[in-house]
Parts: sequence; C-alpha cells; structure tokens
Amino acid sequence: MKRVYVNEKWCLGCHLCEYYCAFAGTNETDMARALKATIKINPKIKIEEKDGVSFAVSCRHCKEPLCVKGCITGALTISADGVITINHDRCVSCFTCILSCPYGAVSPSEDGAVQKCELCVKTAKGQPACVSGCPNGAIVFEERG
Amino acid sequence: MAINFLYPDYEVARNCDRCIVCRACERQCANEVHEYVDTLNKMVCDDAKCVNCHRCVSLCPTRALKIVKSGNTYKENMNWSGKTINEVYRQAGSGGVLLSSMGNPEEYPIYFDKILLNASQVTNPSIDPLREPMETTVFLGAKPHNIERGEDGRIKNNLPPQLKLSMPVMFSAMSYGSISYNAHESLARAAEELGILYNTGEGGLHEDFYRYGKNTVVQVASGRFGVHPQYLNSGAAVEIKMGQGAKPGIGGHLPGAKIVGDISRTRMIPEGSDAISPAPHHDIYSIEDLRQLVYSLKEATDYKKPVIVKIAAVHNVAAIASGIARSGADIISIDGFRGGTGAAPTRIRDNVGIPIELALASVDSRLREEGIRDDVSIIVGGSIRSSADIVRAVALGADCVYVATSALLALGCHLCRSCHAGKCNWGIATQSPELVKRLNPDIGYKRLVNLMTAWQHEIKEMMGGMGINSIESLKGNRLMLRGVGLNEKELSILGIKHAGE
Amino acid sequence: MQEFQTRRRCGREGRVRIPSGCAITGIISKSGRRMSGERVIRSISVMHDRSNGLGGGFAAYGIYPEYRDYYAFHIFYESSAAKKECEEFLERHFDIINLSKIPTRKVKEITNEPLIWRYFLTPLPTKLADSQLDEREFVVKCVFHINAGADMKGAYVFSCGKDMGVFKAVGFPEDVGRFYKLEEYEGYCFTAHGRYPTNTPGWWGGAHPFALLDYSVVHNGEISSYDANRRAIEMYGYKCSLQTDTEVITYIIDYLHRKKRLTLDEIALVVAAPFWQTIGRMEQRDRETHEYLRTIFSSQLITGPFSILVGFEGGLMALNDRLKLRSMVVGERADMVYIASEEAAIRIIEPNLDALWAPLGGQPVIIRANGGEA
Repeated sequence: MKRVYVNEKWCLGCHLCEYYCAFAGTNETDMARALKATIKINPKIKIEEKDGVSFAVSCRHCKEPLCVKGCITGALTISADGVITINHDRCVSCFTCILSCPYGAVSPSEDGAVQKCELCVKTAKGQPACVSGCPNGAIVFEERG
Repeated sequence: MAINFLYPDYEVARNCDRCIVCRACERQCANEVHEYVDTLNKMVCDDAKCVNCHRCVSLCPTRALKIVKSGNTYKENMNWSGKTINEVYRQAGSGGVLLSSMGNPEEYPIYFDKILLNASQVTNPSIDPLREPMETTVFLGAKPHNIERGEDGRIKNNLPPQLKLSMPVMFSAMSYGSISYNAHESLARAAEELGILYNTGEGGLHEDFYRYGKNTVVQVASGRFGVHPQYLNSGAAVEIKMGQGAKPGIGGHLPGAKIVGDISRTRMIPEGSDAISPAPHHDIYSIEDLRQLVYSLKEATDYKKPVIVKIAAVHNVAAIASGIARSGADIISIDGFRGGTGAAPTRIRDNVGIPIELALASVDSRLREEGIRDDVSIIVGGSIRSSADIVRAVALGADCVYVATSALLALGCHLCRSCHAGKCNWGIATQSPELVKRLNPDIGYKRLVNLMTAWQHEIKEMMGGMGINSIESLKGNRLMLRGVGLNEKELSILGIKHAGE
Repeated sequence: MQEFQTRRRCGREGRVRIPSGCAITGIISKSGRRMSGERVIRSISVMHDRSNGLGGGFAAYGIYPEYRDYYAFHIFYESSAAKKECEEFLERHFDIINLSKIPTRKVKEITNEPLIWRYFLTPLPTKLADSQLDEREFVVKCVFHINAGADMKGAYVFSCGKDMGVFKAVGFPEDVGRFYKLEEYEGYCFTAHGRYPTNTPGWWGGAHPFALLDYSVVHNGEISSYDANRRAIEMYGYKCSLQTDTEVITYIIDYLHRKKRLTLDEIALVVAAPFWQTIGRMEQRDRETHEYLRTIFSSQLITGPFSILVGFEGGLMALNDRLKLRSMVVGERADMVYIASEEAAIRIIEPNLDALWAPLGGQPVIIRANGGEA
C-alpha cells in the first residue's frame, strides 16, 4: 500500500506539514479562517528536531499494528487497504493505543477520543495534506515493498 | 551609527488577519527578518534585514505576507536618484567597492523586446508541430572545408568533434562554490535528461558529477581552479573563460567563507582562502597566446573535444570573435552585458559591456563577411529570458544559447540579487548546509526539465508558424525578424528591417 | 518609357523580396533525342491559372549544338548605353565567337521588352590564367560582375551555360514561348515556368527559370529558409541580387554540385534532408553519411514548400520539399519523361503514359539523357 514516508535529508524543519495536517482535519477551504482562532494546533504529524536534524513523524500504518491489537473497544481498525482508522464514537479514551504505539504517532484529540494520521482518507482533499504541503519533497506518499 | 542608517527599500507587509503564527517565515529566513513574540503570540519583522527573496512569501501557507516598496523617498531629483544617493552613503560609510549579484538591472534598451517574429500566411503554409516532425537538434563545432571520399566514393567522416544538443540551449557556467552542490546536481541531471549540456563554471567538477560527463562542459578560467587532466577529459567540451558579461575585464571572486569542505577540495585550494581569479589569463596577453592555450587543451584532450572560447560582449567584439575563429577554437561563446553573476563590483556590472543582441548580430555578420562563419559555432548568453528570445537569437545568427538566470529561477531563485551575501534562502547561492538542503535536486532537476521542455514546445510552435521545420533553417534567417521602434543604425547593426517594411 | 516604368514601380525585383506561386513543367528525352519547343509550351499553357501573367520562361538544353563548346550568354539591356558598356566588359574578358539579337516575334501580350542579346563566348586565355580561377568559376565571377557589380547598370545576364539557354519575360508562359519563337528551337530537354508573384516584379530579370552556367532551376513554392540560405551562400561568393527563392536554390545547387562535388542524390539529402527520426532508423554507415551531410551543410537545408526542376548538362532532376507541400507528378512514356505541377499538363501532350506517379517529399527524380553527367 501507499504510505507516507519521510526523508530527513530534505526536511527543513519548517513545520508546515503540521499546519497543513491541522488544516486538513478542519475540512475548511481557507487555512487562515480554519486556524486563525487556534492558539496552538494539534496535528497528527509532528516534527521532531534536535541538533540541526529534523523529520516529521506520523502513523506508519504498520502491518501488525500494536495499537489495533491493544484497542479494547475495537475503535481502531485496519481496513482492507491497510489504512488504520479510528472510530471516534467507539473510543473510550483509555489511551492504551498511545502507550503501545512505539512511534508516538497516536495522540489525544480535543473531542475526547484519540487521533492519528488516517492518510487524509476522511478529509476534503482525500490525499495526505502533509505531502502536498511539504515545500521540499521531504514527505512522500508512495508504494514501497 | 545614525549617520549610516539607510531606510530599507522594501518592507514586509503582514496581513495579521490571515497570519496563523505558524512561524514558517521565521524558520525559513536566514536573514532573521521575522521574529515570534511570545507574549503577544504575534510575528514581528525587521524590514532592514530583508533582501526581498520571497522565501517567506512563497512558503506562508495563508498568504499573509507580501513584500512592498517602502515608499521612503528623498526629495525628488531626476539627477540624483535615491539609489545613487544611498550608494554614496554606503561607500562613505564603508570605504569599499559596492558589490552586486545577478545581471545588470539598469534601464538600458532590451533589443529582444523590440524585435518581432514572422509567421506564414497564404503564400506558404505554417506547419503544425503536433502533427508534423519539428526538429530542434543542433550540432556545435567547426565544419570542415573539404569533402573527402574513400576509394569506394563514399564520403569520409572528417568532422571535427561536435556537440549534439536536442535543442539549442545549454546551461551556462555557474561554478560549484558560487552555487550549491544541489544546484549543480539539478543542472547536471536535467542536462542529461534533456540531451543538452551544463557548464561547470570555473570551480572544477565535484567527483560525484563525473558520471554526467557527456552532458558537461568543463571550464578553464584564469584562476585554473580544479583544472587537471582527468577534469579536462571528463567533459564533452572544454571552455576557456576569457570574460563574463556581468564583469568584463575582471575575474571571478569567491569569498573564503564559501571555500569549505568539498569546494576547497574540488577547487584544489585551502579551506577559507579567497578564490580570486586574475583579471586576465596570465598566459594570454594576446590572440596568439590564446591559440596556444586552445591547442594545449586540445593536446590534453587528444583532439576529441571541441574547445569553446567564452568572451564578454565588449565594444570590439566582432574583431575579437574573428580573431578567436582563427585561433583554432571550435565554438565562440559571447556573454552580453546583462549576464548574471554570483558577485561583481556594481559599477562594472552596471556600466561595462554591450547588449548581446547587437554583439551577436555584428559577430555573425563579421564572420560571414570574412567567410569564416563555418569555422566556429556561436553560443550567446547574457539574458535569454524565454523561448522567444531563443528564436530571436537563432534568427540573428546564433547556433545555441546559454541560459543561467532562467535556470536559477526554475530552481527557486527570486532575483533578490544578494548571492554575494552567501545566505541564499533558496539553497542555490550558498554553502551553508542547512540552506543548501532547501534545494532538493529531485524537485529542482524536474523543474529544469519542465522549463526546457516547455520552451522547446514553444520554439517548435514559433518555427512552425514561420513554416520552418528544422532549426538550422532558422539560423541567421533575419528576414524572420522585424524591429519596432528602432532607429536606422540599430536596424543596420541588427541586420533586420523595420516592421512594415 | 522603360526608365519611367522602372521608376514608377519602386519595388523592382531585387530590391524587394516577392513571394510567388507557380506552375512548372519539364520534358526530357532519355536518349538525348532532340525535339521542338512547341510541346513544352502546350504543356505549360494548360496550367494558365497557376500563373498571373507576371512572369513566364523556359530553359532549353541541347539547342546550340554548333556552339556547344562556347558559353551562351543571354543578356537583357535596359539601354544601348548599357549594352555598349557591357560589351566592352565582355570583350576585355572573352573571345566573342558570335553575337546577335535573340529572335523574337511581336506578341501583343508581351510589352516593354528590353534589348535581348545572345553571345557565344570563350574566356580569354590570358585573362583566365591571370585570374587563377578554373574556367567555370571565371565565367561565374564575370556574370556576377555584370549582374551585381556597382559599376555596371542596366545589363543583366540571365543565361550563361553551354549548349543551353533560358528564355523568359513578364507575361503568361505560353505568350513568352511564342514571343521567343521557342518552337523553332530543338533540344533534348525543356523546362518551363509560369509565375504567380504577389507583387509586380517591375522587370524581366525576376522571371524564371533562373540559371547559372548550365544549371537552371524552375521552382514552385516559397521557402521559409530563404534568408538563412541566402546569408550562407553569400559567404561563398554568390550575390543574391534578385532576392528570389529560385536564385538562391540555383546557387546552392551550383555550390554543392560544382564546388563541393556532391552527387545529385547527395544534394537531395542536403536540401530536402530526411528527418532525424528517419536517419535514426538507418543502419550505421548510412546514418553516418546522412548525419555528416546534415551537419556540414545545415545552412543549405531548404524548408517550406517547393517543387523544383533542375536542368543541367545532360539531365534533369526533380525534387520536392521534405514534407511535399507542393504538387508534382512524373509521367513516363517510352523514351520520354514528363514532370509537371499537374497531371493535366502531361496528359495534354502525352495522353497515353506507361507510368504516372508522384514522388515523395525529398525523393529526388534524376533523369539522365545519354551522356549525362553526375
């Protein structure tokens, strides 16, 4: 399946992926209107940086996902095409998934459930916004063995 | 301090209604123009540091930024412009020569913009490039005078070495050092994919790029940086740089700050030492000396590579070119006074040399008058801005053009003309690793390929309109050009008629 | 009157470039059998509507057998003063074996005729030796001097080959043929041209065929490569005084054939070169030759529409541009080959053909009469 991959060689640490991610989650058409009131965004992709090295981290959509395995309500599921999605109505905020994800790719959301990258399958654009928003081609959406 | 203050020419206009304080502008500005104020949760900026490179404008995700003229003005004076006054202040403060980058921005005539192209109507058909073959392949190099035949009567191949290009364009010389590794990689890969050549400039060739050799022109300039036998033999052609349009009469300057790591190794000079190329080649004080260098390089490359001699377009360019054509050079490259540079003294860039259109027309005419036009090919550079400029240049008599500024624009350059500062926010004219990485060659090379592919399409469209289906029938075809708003003298030098004639 | 005419039409051909549409036709006997010029007049007259009465002409080969060793100069003079001056020049450079007015008959459609004279010449051996040129180059230099030299006004050599001649005028070609009494000449090859210029040529020199030495060209088309070709050929000492396509094509053929010694087939590969994509598919040896010719003679490539008939001593070559943007058909009947812009022009003189076909773009048709060279 196509996944989001990050090449830290080209990551500039501009954090724009985070903003495009947050924007995509709002399903608004204008980023200024969507995010203007937000003091601090809560994106599903996050830049890690230290000593001049930076890269973006988001859900890797593991083939054997620990988060799905640990989910006590079946809110996290792996779809037929391999995308791991969260059903907000089922999530009881036990945070088992957050504890079990080795990449720190699951985080609490404002609406009480957990949130994670769902490859923008539920957003207006329908394709990962972090990928199209990265100014340097550091985040790619592609098939790799 | 106060007396040295110059109000900035441009200022950053931020639309606070749109700014979401993502701080991308702050993170992307190497000049530290933008700053986040925690207590206000607001961005502020220092316009005085801004070079107007548009990195923040391009990356701002909400279009909250633009750069505008500041509007600060001295009392109006047609003789003393604000720019002139400021330059006096700057020199009074520093005691130094003013430095500039990229091409001459001053208001001189742009002859390309006063030349219009022809198209077929009625008496002969235009040709549709989408339906008929349309050829843009060119060969550069000397053409032999005599046809030789073998005993079987077949023509023998006595062609001197030629460069074959898929279209009449090459990327002009920009040294590794003046531009970044990633910029060089983008140019090399694009040249390979396009079937054209790029030019190393005078800083040698990074060993990673030897693999693009058949798409590379290796340059030998007065500083001889990075020149060794393997280098000379690694390219498809060798170019002797006698001069450059942006700074005729002086050599290249690369400050020691840019001579780091691989650049020092490639140039074969110590880290941190300024790379100051001598103004002349100290083994060439006259035309007969040039002939010796041409043949030295031919010896060194076993007569397998064409030798290009590059000169700046200066007043006597026709006579100089005629001399070069008789020096054994295979190709002459002429660089007009609008040609770009990574750093040049402002006075030289803005006041020395002549327009490439006039230089080209007079060189082509002179070589024909003397019957030696076949002995050399002509490449012209010095502000070829579009496919229409290429068509005009070829119709005036050029075999090929050099483009550099347009290529840099494709890579992201926004012509802020601050290359000499070494803090290029686009990762082009800089050696600082965190800036260099901003130019991803995977993206850069593709954009260069796109640009040239688009231009090639346009060249074909324009040729087709003229009823020409092969670029060689456009070469020197000055009847396809008409001047607008040019005087008799200009028309006669260009060898074209006025529109309506 | 003549002077007045010339002045009134400020765009006299040579000072302006005049695009033309045209009709062409050619007849050749493969065995070299001589025939009257009457048939070629009939052939071209069928294509009356392809010309507009502003130019017509003929080239005839094998018409001067008794003078076959001498250059036959056909010259237009605007005045007797010009004639006197030109003849003095000829006397200084040539042995004049014979001279006469070219016989014409009064035809009401043909007016404003200049003085039209014919000379049979051979270069003076001393002059020729002094010039250090070969004989044919010497003749060419003299012709250029008369036609384009600043000191020679009002004289124009429009034919200068051996055992051949050009006959041309402003008018419809069939009228021009009657004017020159072409039916009284016998030759093994004739070409004819009817012109449709978009401008008034102003004088007779602009009519076609255009000839240099024994090469003559009739051409239908308007080439888009004109100025590229002109500026290149002028570098080799040719003077394009008429600014016509036909003139520059003739010079290109002369340059490639006489000076560079290319064969006619090779010339076709230069002027109507195959496309690179075609060359790319060839086997190595052929590819190399094609690439070589296109590289060396890139400025002799001709683009834009043309169909041409090139007459030369002992033969005829027909050639279309690389895209075949002008009509041209070939008909064959026994010993005879006919080539014309339209099939009708062939059928009118030979209704029963053994073969009739249209050459492809860039495909040369070369017919050699007995003893034909190249």
